[in-house]
Amino acid sequence: MVKRIIGRGLLAGAVAGLLAFAFARIFAEPQINKAIAYESGRDAAQEALNKAAGIPPDMADPDLFSRTVQADVGLGVGMVFFGMAMGALFAVAYLLCLGRTGRLQARTLSLLVAGGGLLGFYLVPFVKYPPNPPAIGHPETIQQRGSLYLVMVLCSIVFLAAAVWLGQRLKPRFGNWNATLLGAAAYVVAIGVVMALLPSLGHLSDNVQLYGRHATETPLPLTDKQGNIVYPGFPADVLFAFRLYSLAAQLVLWGTIGLVFAPMAQRLLQPAPAGPPTSATPAASGPAPDPVTT
Amino acid sequence: MSSLSASAATPTPEADAPAVPVAVPNARAALLLIGTAVLALAVYYFIGVDQGATSVFGNDMHVHEFVHDARHFLGFPCH
Ligand SMILES: [Zn+2]
Repeated sequence: MVKRIIGRGLLAGAVAGLLAFAFARIFAEPQINKAIAYESGRDAAQEALNKAAGIPPDMADPDLFSRTVQADVGLGVGMVFFGMAMGALFAVAYLLCLGRTGRLQARTLSLLVAGGGLLGFYLVPFVKYPPNPPAIGHPETIQQRGSLYLVMVLCSIVFLAAAVWLGQRLKPRFGNWNATLLGAAAYVVAIGVVMALLPSLGHLSDNVQLYGRHATETPLPLTDKQGNIVYPGFPADVLFAFRLYSLAAQLVLWGTIGLVFAPMAQRLLQPAPAGPPTSATPAASGPAPDPVTT
Repeated sequence: MSSLSASAATPTPEADAPAVPVAVPNARAALLLIGTAVLALAVYYFIGVDQGATSVFGNDMHVHEFVHDARHFLGFPCH
């Protein structure tokens, strides 16, 4: 049974990754291209400023893959593999929740676990460290940014699991509704403390030294020595669209995982008693037999 | 997200379906779950982190550049 559940999680994740890829190819790529165009223009403007100031030009990084490969194959592979990884983790979480989270239907639990995945892996980290298109992000801080983001994801997931556990513990005393609210409140408070303690990206010491004290790394207008703007700041509309589509793609991804997995889990774990024989399993008969036989 | 065992009192069409069984009572299943989770986290790492903040292939940037757009779009820090 464990193998079957994991297999179905992988399948749901692959389907979800494909859909998210289609979405990203249509909606995200135009924004990514605008961001890259902004970056190239800014680099050229910076180069001109440097030349005027007598600073030797930077060595450009070689392009290992063309933009076409990155936008089509790379994005596709990345999204599908990410979907499958999330589908696998979803299945693990689903199996851990089975029978430990009250009398939920198999398919209801599927949607709840998918919602938890969206919240833990993406939505909550998004609040503190939202996704950025190319051109935003200073190379000096990539290590710190990477670690901070992972700390945020880790806290968000661990606290979420703890909140579910807490809700279950409180249920006998406070009832289902209130226990759920208390668990949610504990989660909000705990993750809020972490968010307050972690630094904003713009406040990292390298950024303060090199660029001054700003909240984020979003490029400000480029100015020459006299303070005239020679190149604008990063276009706000592109940034907003990129983040909105990134969020929408995650809704597509986790929504698909939850909805594709739900009927499969329902058939596997709670087949309709008088229904037509679908993929009948031994787990169907008897009161809660040991499901881990396969 | 928490103990939402909804409608335990109100009978639904599937109310008489067997209660969802508790999984993972034995070591073999636990091993399977841990193995799956580790593999999935490795994929997560290679798509999102490797050759950025940390790198298992030294200075090579092929993985990073290949999944570059996905990395940005999935919310990971990049560049
Ligand atoms: Zn990048």
